[in-house]
Amino acid sequence: MSETEALESMVGGEYKYGFTTDVEYEDFPTGINEDIIREISRRKNEPEWVTEFRLEAYEKWKQMEEPEWPNVEYQTPDFDKVQYYSATKKNNGKKPESLDDVDPEIIETYEKLGIPLQEQKQLQGIAVDAVFDSESIFTTFKEKLAEAGVIFCSISEAIQDHPELVKEYLGSVVPKGDNFYAALNSAVFSDGSFVYVPEDTVCPMELSTYFRINNMQSGQFERTLIICEDNSHVSYLEGCTAPMYQENQLHAAVVELVALENAEIKYSTIQNWYSGDEKGKGGIFNFVTKRGHCRGDNSKISWTQVETGSAITWKYPSVIMQGDNSIGEFFSVAVTNNRQQADTGTKMIHVGKNTKSTIISKGISAGESNNSYRGQVKISPRADNAQNYSVCDSMLIGQTCGAHTFPYIESANPTAKVEHEASTSRVGEDQIFYLQQRGMDEDDAISLIVNGFCKEVLKELPMEFAVEADKLLGIKLEGSVG
Amino acid sequence: MLEIKDLHVCVAEDPSEKILKGVNLTIGKGEIHAIMGPNGSGKSTLSKVVAGHEAYEVTQGDILFEGESILELDPDERAHKGIFLAFQYPVEVPGVTNKNLLRQALNTIAKEQGREELDPLEFEDYAHEKLQLVDMKPEFLERSVNAGFSGGEKKRNEIFQMAVLNPKLSFLDETDSGLDIDALKIVANGINQIADEEKSVVMVTHYQRILDYVQPDFVHVMIDGKIAKSGEKDLALKLEEQGYDWLHEEVAVSVNGEQN
Repeated sequence: MSETEALESMVGGEYKYGFTTDVEYEDFPTGINEDIIREISRRKNEPEWVTEFRLEAYEKWKQMEEPEWPNVEYQTPDFDKVQYYSATKKNNGKKPESLDDVDPEIIETYEKLGIPLQEQKQLQGIAVDAVFDSESIFTTFKEKLAEAGVIFCSISEAIQDHPELVKEYLGSVVPKGDNFYAALNSAVFSDGSFVYVPEDTVCPMELSTYFRINNMQSGQFERTLIICEDNSHVSYLEGCTAPMYQENQLHAAVVELVALENAEIKYSTIQNWYSGDEKGKGGIFNFVTKRGHCRGDNSKISWTQVETGSAITWKYPSVIMQGDNSIGEFFSVAVTNNRQQADTGTKMIHVGKNTKSTIISKGISAGESNNSYRGQVKISPRADNAQNYSVCDSMLIGQTCGAHTFPYIESANPTAKVEHEASTSRVGEDQIFYLQQRGMDEDDAISLIVNGFCKEVLKELPMEFAVEADKLLGIKLEGSVG
Repeated sequence: MLEIKDLHVCVAEDPSEKILKGVNLTIGKGEIHAIMGPNGSGKSTLSKVVAGHEAYEVTQGDILFEGESILELDPDERAHKGIFLAFQYPVEVPGVTNKNLLRQALNTIAKEQGREELDPLEFEDYAHEKLQLVDMKPEFLERSVNAGFSGGEKKRNEIFQMAVLNPKLSFLDETDSGLDIDALKIVANGINQIADEEKSVVMVTHYQRILDYVQPDFVHVMIDGKIAKSGEKDLALKLEEQGYDWLHEEVAVSVNGEQN
């Protein structure tokens, strides 16, 4: 290996998004209580019903305990030390009217992350909502989408501009007291995206949100709500990164999707939060509740996730198939390296007749990490002819990592068909030697093997992001073999 | 082309397990060699060591390729120089198509050798031409590397890869094993078309059979980690008739001779 190559590989193997942006934040006390929640609501100028929603959630949260069943170990965050609201001084909690009002440092940050916001540089065919800590900074292509009747804005804007829609759907898929972290989110949620696609509309471009945690003390509590009316279609993608800090940061998001009759929502995630250093210091705690509701007949919700970051991941994007003939899909690649721990999977709840779900999960563990798949398939008595097909494959790289599979299958209808396949394989020295003999270096060999392993999932990603995901997997596992 | 000098090799994890005990072998440009020998004599190990497998450690001697030692080179660096190994047990890589693997491999090697890389369309044309050498259909390119292939298909795939990558020196490790006569002819035909006065081929084999179709310039017999005897094609025929026992005796005599 030449010197330049060696250098490139070293630089490439590190977390590329770990830099910090120097911005001034508004003062906001840490900790959580009723006054703080009211203050968040006041700063965001929210109507009374939102404040009430938050306070009710807080009351529920106080009664709840952190779940202990996930197969992960960590020190519970000190909820009194987290800052639940973080706004830059410049914006003062208000979304800038134009890009001229956005802190140039932040614009530069997004540029570095590969998400240019300036009009002439914007990614073509993709509308981006940029969320920096707790604030949505800027949303591109808003006008163009509005022409098609599609609403794409931050949830805070939606509360101001489309309160009737938010009121109808917020908390309708993930109730306020659904679980510990969903309740916390419901109490203190900051920005996230809001998407509304009216009837008979195919959203003319990909929608995406780029989440960036910058503030060391702040947690991020994004709230995303996507509603797809009858005969409509939308594809949405989120990307996530954070600076490298020694301390852990909390990210507890709630995402709700509603698909009405014949509607289809495709939701993709590329999660690359900072995962901590080799010894497991620092990194994001990623505790997320994502759920889709196929409310109408013949509707479809599809989750695709490429999870490579975070110190701890606890996440089960689910689909409730209530409408007859509705379809739920979950395609997942979860990669853990060093001391990362992931407990991720899905829940497929079949309620309507002839509902169909597919689960394809690919877990890759390297280093001393631990990777668990946890999935539930539930078939209710009314769900005649429901079908589920699940495949959970695990790949181990090296000798010191772990892979686990926890499938739960409950069927209350005798006409249901449920299939579950699982496999575990190891990236063998023989495979690597074979590819090296064909001329590839070790890192390229591993990257090729892993990409082959994940192919069924990667092909589900929108084109523009498939390439990025491909590279990300390669970088993530560089140098992971001896 | 290749010069193996007094090569001693042991298993990296267990140095007490010595496999090669002083191999000397010179392969000239454009020559076809056959290495025969009983099971466990070190034939396959020799191929893997030339390719740079990490499971083995060279404790003595040297391997020179085009006059330079390659012992310090990684397997991929040896491949860049033009060394190819057709595996005895080709490895499966699920989800990676033959096309993807070969285009990446070919372009990596091209880049290292300062040649121009092929774009996907150019590669497609180039690969189709090579497929004919081993009588395979274009669909073959779209299949995952060796996954679900029959034994014969795997071996043909190795020769196809050799044709695409166009190496200077190829070690074919028991490429003929497990092939029926038709497949053997196809494979042999492929090797004959690839081999020319610029390229060298070393066939590691148990059987004389393939040598009926690919004419070797030299035949070597390996016994107990050494080349016990070298000769021409008729040596292979003698082995076919008489087995290896008479050679064991010869080796024993010469070992005793050395001790005296």
